[in-house]
Amino acid sequence: MRKVAIYGKGGIGKSTTTQNTVAALAEMGKKVMVVGCDPKADSTRLLLNGLAQKTVLDTLREEGEDVELEDIRMEGFGNCLCTESGGPEPGVGCAGRGIITSINLLEQLGAYHEDEQLDYVFYDVLGDVVCGGFAMPIREGKAQEIYIVCSGEMMAMYAANNICKGIRKFAEAGGVRLGGLICNSRKVDNESEMIEEFARRLGSQMVHFVPRDNDVQRAEIRKMTVIDWNPGCSQADEYRMLARSIDENDLFIIPDPLSIDELESLLLEFGVLEAAAA
Amino acid sequence: MSESSTTGDTLLSGDASVTATVVREELLRDYPAKTKKKREKQIVINDKQRGEDGSLHLPVVAANTRTVPGIITQRGCCYAGCKGVILGPTRDIVNIVHGPIGCSFYSWLTRRNQTHTPTDEHDNFMTYCFSTDMTEENIIFGGEKRLRQAIQEAYDLFHPKAIAVFSTCPVGLIGDDVHQVSAEMKKQLGINVFAFSCEGYKGVSQSAGHHIANNQIFKHVIGEDDTERSQWSINLLGEYNIGGDAFVIEDLLERCGIELVSTFSGNSTYDQFANAHMARLNAVMCHRSINYVADMIEKKYGTPWIKVNFIGANATAKSLRKIAEYFDDRKLTENVERVIGEEFPAVVEAQRKYRPRCAGKRAVLFVGGSRAHHYQELFSELGMETIAAGYEFAHRDDYEGRQVLPTIKIDADSRNIEELRVDADQEKFRESDRQKGLKREEQGYTFREYDGMMAEMKDQTLIIDDISHSEAERLIKMVRPDVFCAGIKEKYSVQKMGVPCKQLHSYDYGGPYAGFTGAINFYEEIDRMVNARIWSRVQPPWENGSPGTESSSPSPTSLEEMEELEESTNS
Repeated sequence: MRKVAIYGKGGIGKSTTTQNTVAALAEMGKKVMVVGCDPKADSTRLLLNGLAQKTVLDTLREEGEDVELEDIRMEGFGNCLCTESGGPEPGVGCAGRGIITSINLLEQLGAYHEDEQLDYVFYDVLGDVVCGGFAMPIREGKAQEIYIVCSGEMMAMYAANNICKGIRKFAEAGGVRLGGLICNSRKVDNESEMIEEFARRLGSQMVHFVPRDNDVQRAEIRKMTVIDWNPGCSQADEYRMLARSIDENDLFIIPDPLSIDELESLLLEFGVLEAAAA
Repeated sequence: MSESSTTGDTLLSGDASVTATVVREELLRDYPAKTKKKREKQIVINDKQRGEDGSLHLPVVAANTRTVPGIITQRGCCYAGCKGVILGPTRDIVNIVHGPIGCSFYSWLTRRNQTHTPTDEHDNFMTYCFSTDMTEENIIFGGEKRLRQAIQEAYDLFHPKAIAVFSTCPVGLIGDDVHQVSAEMKKQLGINVFAFSCEGYKGVSQSAGHHIANNQIFKHVIGEDDTERSQWSINLLGEYNIGGDAFVIEDLLERCGIELVSTFSGNSTYDQFANAHMARLNAVMCHRSINYVADMIEKKYGTPWIKVNFIGANATAKSLRKIAEYFDDRKLTENVERVIGEEFPAVVEAQRKYRPRCAGKRAVLFVGGSRAHHYQELFSELGMETIAAGYEFAHRDDYEGRQVLPTIKIDADSRNIEELRVDADQEKFRESDRQKGLKREEQGYTFREYDGMMAEMKDQTLIIDDISHSEAERLIKMVRPDVFCAGIKEKYSVQKMGVPCKQLHSYDYGGPYAGFTGAINFYEEIDRMVNARIWSRVQPPWENGSPGTESSSPSPTSLEEMEELEESTNS
């Protein structure tokens, strides 16, 4: 079983990318479980066609100790298994602690047991690595490989670089590795080349360049992944390629984060200078 | 020039080589460079220099700074200072600890602060332990609802006059708004409900918690009840009734005809706090923990404050006289002299008995923010010498005197603790009290005066702020004090080294030690400790002749020998 966590700047498209990739993996015949680690609990919406999933933490709160795996896990597109960690309302409590509790509970209930015959577990984690709780999937080997969703926009790259610092911190103790960057295009100048270079400097790779396509939005409005909605469209093929890249990936490294100066000079080199010359 | 008449004052009697300088070097010897640099500023020789104008110059002690991690400190946390020290001794406020159960349970009745209700009908909640008992679910989803329920439950069960809420570390981390919940419940229940943001991690020691407690009591309670008080009325600030100290002082004041409006906070009640601004004078015992309240009351209501000390017979007499002098009334002065006259013969008799047995023996004190200073009075009355002392959580002014206040650098840790801005109350400010204070001041009476510990200690003694475990062990090995005064954390490690340890937080099982009768108790207790032969037997059989022990007396090797030994010690 491969344990994968998807990180990236807020709003970059982590949940969308994760679910579309999971759909492609499921289509390939892989058995996949998705663990949403966002208090909003919207990481499995497209796989479940909008079905409201009862979160692990809500169940734990209401049922007390008497929680069954079936209470918190639902089957979605292509027989993938979906769970949502859930968490407090905005501005109260501690969502990070919630994720820790939730993942521990899933382990105790045997969600990762061999009997489940899982090929993949995907953790879809909220935003940046903001505190200890959100680092939970990369601590103690909960996740082994990390993919960072980013774009050619400066703040997205800045966040990706920051997440690499988090990975580096836990890499030695927990054995977590960076699998690569997924570029979710924002149509920035030289975006693909810049992210490829950024990944190279981190010591990693760009696993796929996902072009911007309104079909993603069209599918999302229908509470579906692209593959579910229109398996024949070109964007569906893009996610299939991304899924294959991940499935065949064998480059797992401890990233070497860039200094702020290096990061900015990279942006100047590929972004601003080219644009100015044009 | 130095005050010391002889050069090379030694800390170990009979061994001229053990000077404060030698001991200090040994304490610092093995520290890594960075730790050493910090501790060098906190382990200081009391080098008292007199200027040409006669003014005293003391070395700077880098007090109230962060403890070096791993050093094994004596210090407690902010929550302990707020809940345990300041509010704990008040009997009729329901003190609810918002947090996991341990914080409440392990701060419950651990300080031996006592209280007496006038009748069984009066509230005393000190024997209860209130906690919201936060569990994981409350951490994740927030604990405000649970706190609201706890306040309601406490109200339904006890109908107290007031409920106070204390924040523990996790409450600060998850951001529960304890103040908002308290304000809502205050409105709903119609009783005073107020909260303290005294999360354990705040500040560098329990001192931060004292300040936070002072602020909230001042904001939410003092000034609520304007009942008039008599012309000779005082508040006693910073007396926590450990082992019944406050009972002794209450009795003395009553016999003198001085009205005690409130004590902060030994044997106190909510109503006393609410009425405290109506007293005519504030007498401050523990300067460290409560001077903020004294200052704020003076600014808002005009009540002047003086420093007093009821630890030590002479200090008690001096403090009573100082209070009488302020009120400047012949009748009151007579009362005070009569009471002192009634009490002193027994003190003198006790001194006659114990002084010859204790004189010349040496004490070290590492405790509190005032206690390490105040108890030196009692030791000197026994003819004993304090050769080294330090506080756990005091600030520079407690060592060097309040005159250094303007020169204290406010660091980030102190800035983190709210400093209330207080203005004179338009209606309640008593201009007459302020005028009286000004007049007295012109006549040479001193207010707001505290010279600190070092001014009263001998020249070339050793001052150690926030002493570490290793420093304490090395100090004991080098100077073999006759008694070591500290708290429960140090008690048994010190005694295992063959030195009696007197707890000055909880008084072990003893007390009271305040006032005249308290002084006699203390003489008796210290005589029992420093003259017991048992300490010379604390020597493992495989070690012969460890320093300072009676190496000629064999360690007991059988039950019979042990019993024999105990008999000889008791007799």
